[in-house]
Amino acid sequence: MPAPRTLLDKIWDDHLVCSPDGEQPLIYIDRHLVHEVTSAQAFEGLRVAGRRLRRPEATFATPDHNIPTTDRRLPIADPISKQQIDTLRANCREFGVRLFDLGDADQGIVHVIGPELGITQPGMTIVCGDSHTATHGALGALAFGIGTSEVEHVLATQTLRQSKPKSFEVRVEGELHPGVTAKDLVLYLIGRLTTEGGTGYVIEYTGPCIRRLGMEERMTVCNMSIEAGARAGMIAPDQITFDYLRGRDLVPKDFDQAVARWSTLPSDAGARYDRSETFSGGDVVPQVTWGTNPAQVVGVDASVPDPASMADASDRSSASRALEYMGLEAGTPIAAIPIDRVFIGSCTNSRIEDLRAAASVVRGHSVASRVRAMVVPGSGRVKRQAEAEGLDRVFTAAGFEWREAGCSMCLGMNPDTLAPGERCASTSNRNFEGRQGKGGRTHLVSPAMAAAAAVKGHFTDIRQWRYL
Amino acid sequence: MQPFTTHTGNVAPLDRANVDTDQIIPKQFLKRIERTGFGQFLFFDWRFLPDGSPDPAFELNQPIRQGASILLARRNFGCGSSREHAPWALDDYGFRSVIAPTFADIFFNNCFQNGMLPVKLDEADVDELFRRAAAAEAAGHAYRLTVDLENCEVRDDGGFSRSFAVDPFRRHCLLEGLDNIGLSLKHVDEITAWENAHGLTPLPGGTT
Repeated sequence: MPAPRTLLDKIWDDHLVCSPDGEQPLIYIDRHLVHEVTSAQAFEGLRVAGRRLRRPEATFATPDHNIPTTDRRLPIADPISKQQIDTLRANCREFGVRLFDLGDADQGIVHVIGPELGITQPGMTIVCGDSHTATHGALGALAFGIGTSEVEHVLATQTLRQSKPKSFEVRVEGELHPGVTAKDLVLYLIGRLTTEGGTGYVIEYTGPCIRRLGMEERMTVCNMSIEAGARAGMIAPDQITFDYLRGRDLVPKDFDQAVARWSTLPSDAGARYDRSETFSGGDVVPQVTWGTNPAQVVGVDASVPDPASMADASDRSSASRALEYMGLEAGTPIAAIPIDRVFIGSCTNSRIEDLRAAASVVRGHSVASRVRAMVVPGSGRVKRQAEAEGLDRVFTAAGFEWREAGCSMCLGMNPDTLAPGERCASTSNRNFEGRQGKGGRTHLVSPAMAAAAAVKGHFTDIRQWRYL
Repeated sequence: MQPFTTHTGNVAPLDRANVDTDQIIPKQFLKRIERTGFGQFLFFDWRFLPDGSPDPAFELNQPIRQGASILLARRNFGCGSSREHAPWALDDYGFRSVIAPTFADIFFNNCFQNGMLPVKLDEADVDELFRRAAAAEAAGHAYRLTVDLENCEVRDDGGFSRSFAVDPFRRHCLLEGLDNIGLSLKHVDEITAWENAHGLTPLPGGTT
């Protein structure tokens, strides 16, 4: 009997190209996703060295970070942004990479279109010059972010130098209460694991609470693994995964045969993880971050914590700095914090189910007069689907802006930013200082919580929401 | 890639935990398509006041820390985004090494790709380095350290000496300043064999 293996072990073993003496192992990379911000220098490196792509058909590109989310027929106003997009186009042309360009019906956030088009499949190794590549692990892939030098390495060799990461089982028992979402679950987990609890590990999320999550909810969970320090998060594929993938553009032609292969991927009974922790889904309430990293989070029914109550000196000083930056007083009830802006979007929460959840909260209500709110679908497909369902009209009737697909205000690299001091309820993944604009104050929440905050003008417990 | 063997330089203490890559190099500077010239934007939002002048309260703006080439930081340095612009900016500003108790994985990797050495020391040792740096600066001079990759050791000339662990392969690449891609392409036969075994055929015109 071979020793029982984890999902990670199986993918790792299958992709190990060689492990030469005295060198880091080389692993094969099945899919490489490319966007405009972290690729230009990699392509330039290839050009200087006279190298080509080893497998251009394994590489897919789309612009997402640096693009406006307003009318796509208009030219990009910022010349430096335009140059970066033009450079991506030229590089894709020169090196033979398939590009989902601005104006293409399938353009979108790279981590939204990967699964949506069936580029992402169980058992694959997937990399991208972006830390939220962990998203694709939701389908049972080993997916993680890399730097630009590594992007160049993968383009040239279709492999990556990588030491095998340690495995960390995060098991979630039970189920989530009504109104509590995958976003709340992952924020809760990060709060307990801390921002570096997962460093050096690949997290595999297991347990009945995880198995109950739909495919897009699983993407939300895996997406934020990096906020706990883990380069990758993964969930073993099951019927939910296969049902999601069936019929997508780029899945294998013989789908049933692929399902049979993918069905062998889940961790074997008795497989050993380097570390395991168990949580209960029933303990999770809707979450709101109060600080400047995603682990600085509490339930919506709690108050802003007092740094003085923290045991660790470094936590205390981080919390004090965070409260100063966020303009918050310890002891303030979370529900009493007024907001100026609402952002529903990002690779964490811009898929159709996220938009449905937010629209159901908003329906029949209006955005509070003090609030400017926007919805940015994750892809052209999500946008068209939402419009077919009339969600765009629900949002615009309530006073939300309805925009074109892109990363938008998640990182404020494009024209969508916060002004200094503005406070935002955001469905994105990072509340770092200045992340959404210099001096901007970000609170991370679920789409439903963001929508409710837009209506009320302050945070409110979605579990008590009056749906119209 | 520039090699890293042994480096002696002034230390800039940055007494903050969880310094993320959004702070190291804010996103408005990621639009450039070059690898160079990012040093002027390092820690931009902390370093400069709204009018563009240096913020005298920011750690790196202390006159005594000008010209520092070793950054001393707290745990989880470099967390967040995968942007390699972070080590590019640190390098371009003049840092050759960062010392901290822990680093985020992607940032840690990215340093090695750029001839920069991230050094992990125990929290207590990092505390001691912060104390020594404060004492030196209080006495009116910058604190100097030697980061020695050949002997895997950090030391000062006041009796501090600690060894650190580093992956032997990465150490070798850094000492020699090796081209990682060129090194991997020596294994092209194994890569091709893997592709053949998995039903993939190498394309004509691909790298061989």
